Amino acid sequence: MFRLSALSTRQAVQRLAVQARHQSTISTAAASSMTAKNVSMAATGVATVGAIAYMSMETVDANMAADGLHPPVYPWDHKKNLATFDHAAIRRGYQVYKEVCAACHSLDRIAWRNLIGVSHTEAEVKAMAEEFEYTDGPNDVGDMFQRPGKPSDYMPKPYANEEQARAGNAGAYPPDLSLMIKARHGGADYVFSLLTGYQDPPAGVEIREGLNFNPYFPGGAIGMARVLYDGLVEYEDGTPATTSQMAKDVTIFLSWAAEPEMDERKKMGMKALTMLALLTGLSVYLKRHKWAGLKTRKILYNPPAPKKH
Amino acid sequence: MPVKSNNGTFANKFARAGYNTIVKRNSIFLTTIFVSAFAAEMVFDSVSDRIWDNINKGRQWKDISAKYTTE
Repeated sequence: MFRLSALSTRQAVQRLAVQARHQSTISTAAASSMTAKNVSMAATGVATVGAIAYMSMETVDANMAADGLHPPVYPWDHKKNLATFDHAAIRRGYQVYKEVCAACHSLDRIAWRNLIGVSHTEAEVKAMAEEFEYTDGPNDVGDMFQRPGKPSDYMPKPYANEEQARAGNAGAYPPDLSLMIKARHGGADYVFSLLTGYQDPPAGVEIREGLNFNPYFPGGAIGMARVLYDGLVEYEDGTPATTSQMAKDVTIFLSWAAEPEMDERKKMGMKALTMLALLTGLSVYLKRHKWAGLKTRKILYNPPAPKKH
Repeated sequence: MPVKSNNGTFANKFARAGYNTIVKRNSIFLTTIFVSAFAAEMVFDSVSDRIWDNINKGRQWKDISAKYTTE
């Protein structure tokens, strides 16, 4: 079947080429119907070859236990084409990160100063940074010294290195969360589903001591236990701190951390598309303007009367 | 001269006046181009910023920052 369709494709293409060469010698109506026939034949051939190749190469893998349950697609506001992040949610999400996640997870690529003008004022950020001690130096006698944090410092790490983190978490390494939304399949949907998806293992599934069952985590057994419970934090803006509210807020905060430029990018995109649309309109108008005279022109050729001998 | 026929219509008078004030002297022509490009960009930016802020009302930091500045 493969060979047959390849053959018909080749024949159709060859015929097309021949057609092109003799176009001027064939009457127009017949030529156009022939061309359409050949093109459709060629297209059929290409489609058949493509379908066979697809069927023979595609392997469907639906091993939910090994790959994790696919998260549902949630209607995140900030994923709309013209929507910024909800900055009130970023602020709440930062609070959840700081009070809950930061006990185990680092946020290496975010500095205190990144929060200024995004979720906190400069004065707030300075006060928050000062609560942490940073090692600086060397001073003029070569010693390192401790000083309070500044907005230019990066977020403090819960553990000094990976070994310490593993030792403190029964061998499991809490990953850095800076780019987590970009680093996992499903992105924000996955993180939200993971945080809210803890449940008892189904019958027949054995979970080792110290691990927890979560269907969204590839393999199903995750080192992290469920951390978000209703009323765990107290939001300053009065939002009820339900599990899903906290999971949503911290997911939006991490989406911002992974893509802090999103607001500006979408705004530039809107401006660029508007400008390009205007320019497209202008060039279409100009083309029609310049061609109008040519397209409405009729050129007549009056052959000279044959010479009489 | 692009406007050859002087048929006295409003459009014709307008084009003629425009040509005489803007295009005739190259220095003025160039200055007009640069100034109008600058002005057009300012207008375009401020209009699209306003549309953007209107679409995202209540979501951006500038909309909620008043709650947290207590000076």
